[in-house]
Amino acid sequence: MASPLRRRRALALLTYGSIAVLAVVISPLVGSTDVDLARALDRRIPFAENADAQILFVARLPRTLAGALVGATLAAAGVVFQGLLRNPLATPFTLGVSAGAALGAMLAITFGWSFGTAGVPAVTTASFAGAGAAVGIVYGLARARQRGLSTEVLLLAGVTMNAFFSALILFVQYFADFAETYRTLRWLMGDLDVGSYTPLVTAVPLVALAFVAFAWLARPLNLLNLGAAGAETHGLDVTRAQRIAFISASLATGAAVSVGGPIGFIGIIVPHLVRLMTGADHRIVLPAAALFGAAFLVACDLVARTAMAPIELPVGIITALVGGPFFLWLLVRKA
Amino acid sequence: MPMLLVCALLIAALSGDAAGLPTVAQASRPARIVCLVPAVTEMLFAVGAGPQVVAVSSFDHHPPAVEHLARVGALLDPDLERILSLRPDLVITYGTQTELRAQLDRARIPQFVYTHGGFADVWRTIREIGARVGRAEAAARLAAAIEAAIERIRQRVAGRDTPATLLVIGREAGAVRGIIASGGVGFLHEMLEIAGARNVFADIARESVQATTELVLARRPAVILEIRGSPLDEARVRAEERAWRPLASVPAVRDGRVHIIGDERTVIPGPRIAEGAELLARAIHPGAFE
Repeated sequence: MASPLRRRRALALLTYGSIAVLAVVISPLVGSTDVDLARALDRRIPFAENADAQILFVARLPRTLAGALVGATLAAAGVVFQGLLRNPLATPFTLGVSAGAALGAMLAITFGWSFGTAGVPAVTTASFAGAGAAVGIVYGLARARQRGLSTEVLLLAGVTMNAFFSALILFVQYFADFAETYRTLRWLMGDLDVGSYTPLVTAVPLVALAFVAFAWLARPLNLLNLGAAGAETHGLDVTRAQRIAFISASLATGAAVSVGGPIGFIGIIVPHLVRLMTGADHRIVLPAAALFGAAFLVACDLVARTAMAPIELPVGIITALVGGPFFLWLLVRKA
Repeated sequence: MPMLLVCALLIAALSGDAAGLPTVAQASRPARIVCLVPAVTEMLFAVGAGPQVVAVSSFDHHPPAVEHLARVGALLDPDLERILSLRPDLVITYGTQTELRAQLDRARIPQFVYTHGGFADVWRTIREIGARVGRAEAAARLAAAIEAAIERIRQRVAGRDTPATLLVIGREAGAVRGIIASGGVGFLHEMLEIAGARNVFADIARESVQATTELVLARRPAVILEIRGSPLDEARVRAEERAWRPLASVPAVRDGRVHIIGDERTVIPGPRIAEGAELLARAIHPGAFE
């Protein structure tokens, strides 16, 4: 049993890892402008005067890395949420995280908050705070009803919080002027043009911590597939596993959304695609989804910034255009 | 659901009919004007029709006399009840307010429909609204004075180099993210050219452009102008100028030619556009105004 699993996992990691590396290497080399690579890498030209190097290292590389980070996080978090809620339609945004983040971002945009902590702009900080608030409220509600964590209450509370935060967003929107409204709308479509490494550096520790939790969660999520009672007979502390799954996936999602906005469909299509190809074992699906999610979002962003250059399409539109039809096909197939 | 649809179609059909009916003969000088367009409010006051205005939009702040007037919402949220209760004899609406316009038509209230455009549309609007409120002569004088002021700015900057300029109209606070800039058409693009600059996005036939980091680096603007509708304090201006520093290879950043102008005259296409254009021109060509 152990040996074939190890072989399958190695094969999956190699395959998806290669795709991810390929995407991350190719993406910075392509863009709306021509970059002279020799000039960009010429150490004799001071960086501050080297426009090619700046395009490569200030515009494209952080953007590619942001795509990889956000894609991997949303895809892996999608797997965890689907396992935790035992619901194939769950996404990282089902439990209100993205709506909380959106409310935070839009408050920062509308009221022109300018506080920035350690070089991180206010919109990023506020959206992460909003995500954290949503997670806290949903978690508190799910624990209040019964000992342990009720996934049913989680789901209902999450969906309700989504609606409630959306209403608050519309309410605040009503006081915003056009430029602000447009910028909020644009934020909601997702944007990976981070313009520096600072947002990435601040998000990485949290995401890394979450991935450590995800690694531990692979086996518990397999057991949760049997249902809570079934998992308990196999010696799993169900409540603890659910709690770790919910908190780690939610905070990682919050960090990802604060970097790139609520980019849809990654968290649902990537997990399902990967499951179709590798089977349902979370020990393979989790790492494979993370790697494929990274590659998928980097590729979508490449399309977003080159398809209509110099005008740029919001990356959320590309993921949804690809993701929407696939999702429908999946629904019909499941039915 | 089908019932709702039928109702909606019925209402649409009825309002279409109502809109086709002849409206009440317009009085030569309306005495109770409701204006939903800040740029037109400024025009009304500038041609001496201020005493005829009874209500303005929630975004109006100029001239100071408007602070005492009733507020009736704005482009997205016009308050029809409030407007009707003021018994206006002329309402100035946006061309895109189709629903409000249909409702006002049904109430037989005369309208002046405003459409947003370039500089030429500003003088045209001034002349048209002036004629409509019985101030045609004053309006003609005002339009001519603005045209002359614009011409003076053009002459001031004539013969100077036209630096590649990025005109930013929106950006995330404290970061070079979510940059929205003027494209190659519209009032802001024209204002930039009058001020003696070459718009780096002149080739993009849109009013606004989402400018990515890569695009800003590639277009290499020699001057970056950021315009805001309200004044910023000195510390905030410095902080926002510093936000551009990561893009060190952009000539404007390298040479310290990032200017943030917090002044509503640069964003309202009304009678103060020449003043707005001059603010831009002074930032681009300080030498021309010594």
